[in-house]
Amino acid sequence: MDEIERMVNEVDEKYREGNVRIPSGCAICGYFSKKGRALPAIDAVDAMAYMHDRSNGLGGGFAGYGIYPDFPDHYAFHIFYDNEHAREETESFLKIRFDISNMERIPTKKVYGISGAPLIWRYFGRLEPEVKAHTELDEEEYVCQTVIHINTKIKGAYVFSSGKNMGVFKGVGFPEDVGEYYRLGDYKGYCWTAHGRYPTNTPGWWGGAHPFNILNYTIVHNGEISSYDANRRFMEIYGYKCTLLTDTEVITYIIDYLNRKRKLKLEDVAKVIAPPFWSQIEKMEEKEREKLTTLRNMYASLLITGPFSIILGYTGGMMALNDRLKLRSMVAAEKDDVTYVASEECAIRSICPNPDRTWSPAGGEPVIVELEKEGR
Amino acid sequence: MIDYIQPDYEVVRNKDLCIKCKVCVRQCANEVHQYDEKRDVLYADNSKCVNCHRCVTLCPAKALKIVKTDHCFKPSANYTTEIIKDIYRQADTGGVLLSSMGTPKDYPVYWDKMLINASQVTNPSIDPLREPMEIKTFLGRKPETVKYREDGSIEVEKFPNLELKTPIMFSAMSYGSISKNAHLSLARAAEQLGIFYNTGEGGLHEDLYKYSLNTIVQVASGRFGVHEDYLNAGQAIEIKIGQGAKPGIGGHLPGKKIGPEVSRTRMIPMGTDAISPAPHHDIYSIEDLRQLVFSLKEATNYKKPIIVKIAAVHNIAAIASGIARSGADIIAIDGIRGGTGAAPSRIRDNVGMPIELALAAVDTRLRDEGIRNNVGLVVAGSIRSSADVVKAIALGADAVYIGTPALLALGCHLCRSCHAGKCNWGIATQNPELVRRLNPDIGYKRLVNLVNAWSHEIMEMMGGMGINSIEALRGNRLMLRGIGLSEKELEILGIKHAGE
Repeated sequence: MDEIERMVNEVDEKYREGNVRIPSGCAICGYFSKKGRALPAIDAVDAMAYMHDRSNGLGGGFAGYGIYPDFPDHYAFHIFYDNEHAREETESFLKIRFDISNMERIPTKKVYGISGAPLIWRYFGRLEPEVKAHTELDEEEYVCQTVIHINTKIKGAYVFSSGKNMGVFKGVGFPEDVGEYYRLGDYKGYCWTAHGRYPTNTPGWWGGAHPFNILNYTIVHNGEISSYDANRRFMEIYGYKCTLLTDTEVITYIIDYLNRKRKLKLEDVAKVIAPPFWSQIEKMEEKEREKLTTLRNMYASLLITGPFSIILGYTGGMMALNDRLKLRSMVAAEKDDVTYVASEECAIRSICPNPDRTWSPAGGEPVIVELEKEGR
Repeated sequence: MIDYIQPDYEVVRNKDLCIKCKVCVRQCANEVHQYDEKRDVLYADNSKCVNCHRCVTLCPAKALKIVKTDHCFKPSANYTTEIIKDIYRQADTGGVLLSSMGTPKDYPVYWDKMLINASQVTNPSIDPLREPMEIKTFLGRKPETVKYREDGSIEVEKFPNLELKTPIMFSAMSYGSISKNAHLSLARAAEQLGIFYNTGEGGLHEDLYKYSLNTIVQVASGRFGVHEDYLNAGQAIEIKIGQGAKPGIGGHLPGKKIGPEVSRTRMIPMGTDAISPAPHHDIYSIEDLRQLVFSLKEATNYKKPIIVKIAAVHNIAAIASGIARSGADIIAIDGIRGGTGAAPSRIRDNVGMPIELALAAVDTRLRDEGIRNNVGLVVAGSIRSSADVVKAIALGADAVYIGTPALLALGCHLCRSCHAGKCNWGIATQNPELVRRLNPDIGYKRLVNLVNAWSHEIMEMMGGMGINSIEALRGNRLMLRGIGLSEKELEILGIKHAGE
């Protein structure tokens, strides 16, 4: 988009994510092949179209895993730029830290219903050995801080995807239009998650669409959490900066903190953010009771209340989770090696008409699927 | 000598209603009411009246009321009646003025300038009558990291924590300042409620050791009643550095309240004023505090959390940060509006700061320094209702202490005369005749009722916010908005203004 168009489409920055807290309702879906088969992204686009009314045209997006087999060990940075200046500044910042093997505009196509797009680029790079040798941080943390730096310090640049062999594609519009815009028909991966947004603010900023990503984690989330500030203020103790002021951002940070930094197993992460009630814990056998009491007490401020359904994507796995009262709809299904999760069953049946099994996961009970290990 | 001081109150007796039963005469320990047999009249000596309502409440004919006198000095906004009378009083005696309970001065009550959020449309409120609503609270240090054992169970560093069924505890009030029946009521209520009461610095009466599971024992600068059994009798030990009503000085128990049992429990002579030293003489700096914390941990085998209680003073955030690094498990902060059994009036009314500001400053500072999870945070100093509790927790407290509301539940009428030892309600007295008036069988039930009522209200407000677990309310400052506050006040409280 050139400067002339930008002036026409300029949104009021005052209500952008980060300047104001924006609750938002949504549609989500995801599917995962345990055998690691490359599933088409277009199914996710079709499924989201069935839940059209759960979005309001102010944001849609997709995340795919295993989509860049040519660059499996490179960080794939997807970046929005407001202008060429931001691109130049970001590229020079990246190039001294990463050995960039490939850079290009992400292919898109003109679609009715999508306008106001920023410049969208992607880069495949590896951390320079020199940089790696000299930093006090471990590699993942270094990359994470690089992303945070670009997003907060370089005006007009926003990294919206930064994992390996995975990528996020998102924008302002209905999800099915966003999918077409990014030509998702050309992509395949073992896992896809998708999001359609129904925010309560008006402008719609491309960076504010979901999935939200940090390293290899992506989150799509439906709901409005009432524990937000308790969660945010706890995460900020540990150096996370919640700049977008959205639920999805803080949930992603919580999972990153517990799973990546504190090495908690994902099923235990689920027990921290959506724990059983004390009355249930008291009835459990002693070992389980002690474990859950300890986790609830030590990470008390990471308990999330209020309605949510989330799908977490990560390298080699997918986890779906509802809040403990199940205040948001979420249905799961299985067919052969593929597990499906969606806000509504119709979305699953639109792409998998005869699943082997469908069920409604209980509040706080995670659905976790991972790639089958070789030899099993 | 001329008595310059005219009474503050007048006893009004409706002669048409009065049946001359003389209950008022028998009930008033201050000897306000007198009966003149010859003339067959009841009259009142207003100068002795403290306005405690004992006579009014017990008068079977409802013939009595107490009114503020309209006798007045020439009005002045500067030299008010109170100031003039205080000067007369000091000219009479040459002494430091003493008073009791929380300051009556009109310092801002920030609780009343904060509004609570509720859910509408975008997320649902939760109905506490139909859904579980959790208010159980743990107090103490939290471990940060988890290790998995081979069998999948987890291993964490263990720190002693207090477990509360509701985030409310009874503040430290010593046996001596209040009666044994008052202590007994608090102990039994704490037991029934699954919370804790606090011995204060007066030791623990031998009859109350059986409430050990719901007791916090206090160690203050006077070390009254402190011995090994005492330290091990409670579930936590509180080091009292300061108190909101009298920052910078020690406890003060007038000699007239020290009878044989108080004397034995405190391990001090009868009838002498028990005035605790202003500082702990083994704590002249923060590193000394660490030594006392660990001495107490050694004495109790590291099984009990150590609470350090401080008064809210100007540098509170830095002080709390120091305490959080001293090995203490819980910090208790007491604000300027907190109660007392006896304090110098000038200190009570002029030293310290409101608990709301202290709490917000401390919680923010501990988070900024990354040490908030090292300690539990308990606040005190005028928590008057369940709404105050909700606001305190949303600002960042783990739990609250209540003192004055507990005494009110026992019948206290806030006449602020505890230091005189003649409490007509049997609470702040050691006179056996008066103590008998407080029946612990009734008293403990009233305390249980009060705390249960507050707990229900807390759950209602949480449900309205769409929160079903108290930990999701803790530090959740977005749930609060200021009303009529300046930018600076909002900044310190860390909240937005209503409408933002």
